[in-house]
Amino acid sequence: MTYLAAQADSFGDLWHNLADLTVSGLTQGSIYALIALGYTLVYGVLQLINFAHSEVFLVGTFGSIVVWGWLGYASGDGGGVPGLGMVILLLAVGVIVAALISGGTAVLIERVAYRPLRRKNAPRLIFLITAIGASVAIAEFVGVLTDRKPVGVPALVSPTTQWQIDPRDIGLDIQPVNITNLQIGIVLSAVLMWFALDSFLNRTKFGLGIRSVAQNEDTAALMGVNKDRVIMLTFLLGGLAAGVAAVLYNLKIGTVTFNIGFLLGLKAFTAAVLGGIGNLRGALLGGLLLGLAENWGAGFFGSEWMNAVAFVVLIVILMFRPTGLLGDSLGRARA
Amino acid sequence: MSAPEKVRPATFVSKVKAADAKRAAAVSGFRDRWSDLPKIWRILAAVAGIALLFGLPNIAIPGIPFRTDEIPNGTSFSFVLSSIAIYVLVAIGLNVVVGMAGLLDLGYIGFYAVGAYTVAIFGSPNSIVATEYPWLVCVPIAIALTMVSGVILGMPTLRLRGDYLAIVTLGFGEIIRLIAVNSAVTNGQRGIPVIPAPDKGLVEETFFPVGDFRSHYWLALVLIIIVVFAVRRLEHSRVGRSWLAIREDEDAASLMGVEAFKFKLWAFAIGAAIGGLSGALFASRTGFINSDGFNLLLSVMFVAAIVLGGQGNILGVTLGTVLVFYLPERFRFLEDKRELVFGVALIVIMVLRPQGLWPSRRRARELKDRKLEAKEAIVSG
Repeated sequence: MTYLAAQADSFGDLWHNLADLTVSGLTQGSIYALIALGYTLVYGVLQLINFAHSEVFLVGTFGSIVVWGWLGYASGDGGGVPGLGMVILLLAVGVIVAALISGGTAVLIERVAYRPLRRKNAPRLIFLITAIGASVAIAEFVGVLTDRKPVGVPALVSPTTQWQIDPRDIGLDIQPVNITNLQIGIVLSAVLMWFALDSFLNRTKFGLGIRSVAQNEDTAALMGVNKDRVIMLTFLLGGLAAGVAAVLYNLKIGTVTFNIGFLLGLKAFTAAVLGGIGNLRGALLGGLLLGLAENWGAGFFGSEWMNAVAFVVLIVILMFRPTGLLGDSLGRARA
Repeated sequence: MSAPEKVRPATFVSKVKAADAKRAAAVSGFRDRWSDLPKIWRILAAVAGIALLFGLPNIAIPGIPFRTDEIPNGTSFSFVLSSIAIYVLVAIGLNVVVGMAGLLDLGYIGFYAVGAYTVAIFGSPNSIVATEYPWLVCVPIAIALTMVSGVILGMPTLRLRGDYLAIVTLGFGEIIRLIAVNSAVTNGQRGIPVIPAPDKGLVEETFFPVGDFRSHYWLALVLIIIVVFAVRRLEHSRVGRSWLAIREDEDAASLMGVEAFKFKLWAFAIGAAIGGLSGALFASRTGFINSDGFNLLLSVMFVAAIVLGGQGNILGVTLGTVLVFYLPERFRFLEDKRELVFGVALIVIMVLRPQGLWPSRRRARELKDRKLEAKEAIVSG
């Protein structure tokens, strides 16, 4: 009886905080979705889990912090929040730099760790090992540079409440939730970035090349597509999305450590699989759903089980629908 | 892919490749000569090798500081040796799953953790059940429980494609770790202390004194020899041939009447059991476990170690494990750059030798075939 009562209690907790959990779930999910885009693109083209993609993201977080530092905005300056124009400039510079650094790192990883193996037609497991090597090397490199200490992010955006939603107005017994400008910005940027990538894939010549290689690389080669260049472009695009995710993560969390990549990457990959790997829409959907599932699960079971919920969701999805929610097809033009 | 193959001058890369080929030839030449030796010599050499391994914690060669306690801030050599021996046992178990059956299991640490926690929970007076069973009773329980968890994990997941299997097992490993962190039974970071030594309650004086890990090393060594013998018998049995067939082409194997799912499940269960055994050894060696000892990166390292050494070949796997877990202890002077160097080394070695340092002959041949196929594709494409 007490067990049932406890369950009812935790269900009540979940219900009470539903609005709050949903908002934070969507915010977190947007970041997963952006990282998941990189996994899904590379997987769609090469059928390869780019294990080092989490470190592509990591490099972006530190890149933007460094560049903000050069521009005179470091964490703990106490100078207060800069003016609106300055903030926009700083964010733009941060996003561009992070995207370029992440994209560059992704291309570098492809060159150093994957291309020589592709030439040798090595089994996929070997790619996974070099990816692990790249991942460890990059994370540790950042760790050595930062002395393995957490690095603070300058307070560029102070979260202020934009909207307050109170479900009690319509008779639901749910706590009201404050939605901040930061949360809105994160979700919007993620959707925008996804939209940009999706259009790029579906409407440009380069996107056509990527889709054709994903569908059938030999035929694509016969049609005059340069496979190596397409693969490089794929890594670059994934890296750009990871760079944007990195800046959003910086603004949301406020500190970065050298070892954040591993778990975040794993969850982003989970999101990609959840939506259907190789499928950009799936990555967005999977990311948002994973964020929601995690936060709702945390509300129900307690926050210490947050990650466990994510992986249980993954296992259940794979058991009943191994191709993910939207199916895995970059090649079949549904990307 | 219409680019014609360029004729390159003798660059660094081509020199390395030539040297590589020579070394490969030397290894296979060594192998042929080894298998040509009379059986009695081979047995004697193996016995001598094993004797050397048993004597290792007591050997010090002046001028060659291979002992980890000869360097500043070094760890006790017997401790490092016992760690490596336990990890080698893990690698042999993982090799059954990855190397022989070709199933990529990235969450193998989960089984290791189940084994370790079983011994801790049933053996320690400080655990929640406090049954205080002796070690010898705990180990069969640990092996049985890990086998069961292997089957529980394998049943739903072994029907998945290779990459998905990898990620699901990774998720499984993380779930096990989170249970270890959060559950009251495993006591999270505070952990479970006073885990019995293997001889607890059996004899008057203990053979496993505190602070001296040689006995643990020797015990692990004995178990390794037994397990290696058993795994080799399996490898050359019908089961082993089924694994090989599944690894090379699951569809073709199924068509030939190999019950793929059944044998994959067996590989999972046997691999899990060996992982559980090594976890049990680990728990009693340290005498205390908490949730920090079972992070996923360690699991990934195990896979890296066996692929680096040469999957499928027990000696190669052992070599890889020793390198991955001994070198960081020996090269302490690199301090916090050890992992960085390790990561770079992993890329360089795998790019130059995708088959691993010491692959099984069959694997090496498979890889050579693939390489030729790639070349043909370039020429004809």
